[in-house]
Amino acid sequence: MPVNRAHVGRAMRSTAPIEITRGDIRRFATAIGDKNPLYLDAEVARAQGYRDVLAPPTFLITAAASTGPGLLSDPELGLNFGLVVHGQQGFTLHRPVCAGDVLESETRIDDVRDAGRHELIRLITEFTTEGTPVATLTNTIVSRGTAAEAT
Amino acid sequence: MPTYDETAVGTELPGQEFAIRRLDLVRYAGASGDFNVIHWNERIARSVGLPDVIAHGTLTIATAARLVTEWAGDPGAIESYEVRFSRPVVVPDDDLGTSIVVAGRVAEKLDGGRVRIDLSATAAGGDVLTGARAIVRLPQQLR
Repeated sequence: MPVNRAHVGRAMRSTAPIEITRGDIRRFATAIGDKNPLYLDAEVARAQGYRDVLAPPTFLITAAASTGPGLLSDPELGLNFGLVVHGQQGFTLHRPVCAGDVLESETRIDDVRDAGRHELIRLITEFTTEGTPVATLTNTIVSRGTAAEAT
Repeated sequence: MPTYDETAVGTELPGQEFAIRRLDLVRYAGASGDFNVIHWNERIARSVGLPDVIAHGTLTIATAARLVTEWAGDPGAIESYEVRFSRPVVVPDDDLGTSIVVAGRVAEKLDGGRVRIDLSATAAGGDVLTGARAIVRLPQQLR
């Protein structure tokens, strides 16, 4: 069954401050096998002009999980998670993300469209701090075989 | 660190091969908070039609990004990064796992000291990402 397109434009805000910690960054950098000292050593990061240890470019994916799933799990959207695969992911970093940052996020369903038998659902998450843009993440998921023509 | 002035379109980034084993998936699940069972449970992965456990797509893109961050020297120089997923990275339950082979080249010089890097990533001989590209700010010349 196709996804309910009346949900395009719906948005959800983070309910608690997203606190970026040195430990979170260290754990993520270790998990991706990257030992860059800018991720691990605050002194090295400061010497290069950062406020504190720097987060890897894809780090905020861990925080996007705070709002995206809520929009997608709404039963009225009609999305079957068993049919979903990750289609596209994009990151635009407006400024470096460092330990000590406290962010808010808002995720919206930006678009739903057919691609052959499948549907593409594009989510956009904006991260801000006190209203200043920090990063924009786009995430397109594929709902396999649910396009109106295919059902 | 490469400079904008010295960097020519067509410059190849040093290619790299990154091993991905089951342990890496477990570690990434913990660090990212993505505990989707298809990334660690073979029984469920097979039940939804996958050949075996697959890597998190976001681990694949974090891995591919390392080619760019290591070349640029400063990961904070990455302004944007985008990928599409073309096929899953299957990770067998053995001590070797699989490996992701990443290559990249300077595809375009942009204004503001920025360059576009196009990346490719393959596992088990097939492309796992398509249209992978990063925009990176480079210093104009060595200071």
